[in-house]
Amino acid sequence: MLSAHLPALIIVIPLMAAPLCILLRGKDQAFGVALLATWASFACACFITVRVLAEGTISYEMGGWAPPFGIELRIDALSAYILLIVSGIGSVVAPYSRSSLLLEYVEERSYMFYSAFLLCLCGLMGVVVTGDAFNLFVFLEISSLSSYVLIALGFDRRALTASYQYLIMGTIGATFIVISIGLLYQATGTLNMADIAKRLPAHGYDRTVIAAFGFLLVGAGLKIALFPLHQWLPNAYTFAPSTVTAFLAATATKVSVYILLRFMFTVFGVEFSFGTLPTAVPLMVLAVLAMFIPSIVACFQTNVKRILAYSSVAQIGYMILGVSFVSVTGLTAGILHLFNHALMKGGLFLVLGAIIYRIGSCHIDKMAGLAKRMPWTMAAFVGGGLSLIGIPLTAGFVSKWYLILAALEKGWWYVAILIVASSLIAVIYVWRVVESAYFRELPEEFADVAEAPLSLLVPAWVLVAANFYFGVDTSLSVGMAELAAKALMGAG
Amino acid sequence: MPAAVVDFVGLYNYWIVIFLAMAGLYIVIARGNLIKKLVGLNVFQASVFILYISFGKVTGGTAPILAKGIETYSNPLPHVLILTAIVVGVATTALGLALVVRIRQEYGTIEEDDIHSQDESM
Repeated sequence: MLSAHLPALIIVIPLMAAPLCILLRGKDQAFGVALLATWASFACACFITVRVLAEGTISYEMGGWAPPFGIELRIDALSAYILLIVSGIGSVVAPYSRSSLLLEYVEERSYMFYSAFLLCLCGLMGVVVTGDAFNLFVFLEISSLSSYVLIALGFDRRALTASYQYLIMGTIGATFIVISIGLLYQATGTLNMADIAKRLPAHGYDRTVIAAFGFLLVGAGLKIALFPLHQWLPNAYTFAPSTVTAFLAATATKVSVYILLRFMFTVFGVEFSFGTLPTAVPLMVLAVLAMFIPSIVACFQTNVKRILAYSSVAQIGYMILGVSFVSVTGLTAGILHLFNHALMKGGLFLVLGAIIYRIGSCHIDKMAGLAKRMPWTMAAFVGGGLSLIGIPLTAGFVSKWYLILAALEKGWWYVAILIVASSLIAVIYVWRVVESAYFRELPEEFADVAEAPLSLLVPAWVLVAANFYFGVDTSLSVGMAELAAKALMGAG
Repeated sequence: MPAAVVDFVGLYNYWIVIFLAMAGLYIVIARGNLIKKLVGLNVFQASVFILYISFGKVTGGTAPILAKGIETYSNPLPHVLILTAIVVGVATTALGLALVVRIRQEYGTIEEDDIHSQDESM
């Protein structure tokens, strides 16, 4: 009985748990509720994935109203994959948040943090499960508004300006997406995404539809932080509390990439998005620029959080590069990198949180010699860093392998060289941190710093270990990405 | 009247939409005052509300209320969508203003340039 309602439950659980946190008030009760809700969502996501793999796309009629008139929840392989990423990262970050928050946020008000965190989780998963275009916008705004709140909780006052900047850019992006949805509604008279896709060919691809496509591309680009629309991202990631940075870096941009994929491939169709309109080449140029320029900028940063933030912009380049190949292999690589990047960046930001917990900073010079005092923490950083670079036997290698395969399949060997070259830049910025922590003298003031507590180390290591696990056993990560890519390409 | 003029006048609410959207975006980009930026953002969002309501209009249609002797109604769906979008807009503005209050407490100013120079001098 219950299993039929899983697609609704996965968003209803965090949505109901969020006000419950506010009502309970106590920091332990709120933490308990948040932990239960995120783990329940993750369990739902696992059950849904099993069902999608066995039975194919799940369609759920919200409130019993048949689509296209009622709101439909629609979960295919791609949605299930993103659900796994979002809820999985959520359930690793939730137990971590307890100790990390003690330091970075007023403890008595931590129930507000959990409430915003659960709303953000609900919004992100809502975007992924819904089959209704306007509903997607509403969920997107739920997740965005709560993420502005989460970023503003950072203890540095610059977190406030970072959050404000993100609010302005994010709202413009979301409004562009609404304009796009409105124009599509005007053209087809429906809001159900599958229904729009069915009616668009009959309507014809006139100027309204082309304008809708343009608005969507720019709006989603702002949300993804696609170079050169990424200005909000480095500050937001740097000044947000570590827990929040880890969660958002691993999920928020991924869900935005999902929006782009869903609209370009399912709603507009491959034929129109890449055949009629010359989208592939500009996307590829932006992706390659994103792979290089932010990576080079990252090499000159001194705050390690900021290094990783710029690196995130660069990694988004890899995802978009995969999409711009417009082939099953390319898409597989792009979607796979959503998964792998969530693992590596989530893990790395959790490690930084543990470092901030002990020494109160993640400035590269302050971390000098830290490996002597915090060997497990720094070892986790090295593990995540190896995956970020793309060393064999790590998850990062698998996604780059598929990207290079996709490039060679098209005969674009120079793109393959660019992928390898940009990975070498990652070696530089990861090495700068490793060099400081392992090969420099420990300053006096940190002579008796202890290893990070287990409550921080275990979640970080879970994600770092996942990097190695999915670097060897790729049947789940690559298998589902391939399934999703085939469905997307076939839909056109 | 020439056909071009009729077309132009017939689409006047869309011209208003475009004017408001551009004006709103211009304010967001060109103004350094954080409150004024939020005002610009609101103007931009309002333009989208008008866009939706404009294409909900059915020529000759009346308000979508069931009544005797009336056959043609305007499409009520965009109105409902925009009610939701207005709520989202209000929430965004409220959050934005709350952030501005906190920024003013921390920096003592709401001018972008001043905030920037304070951050630089740190």
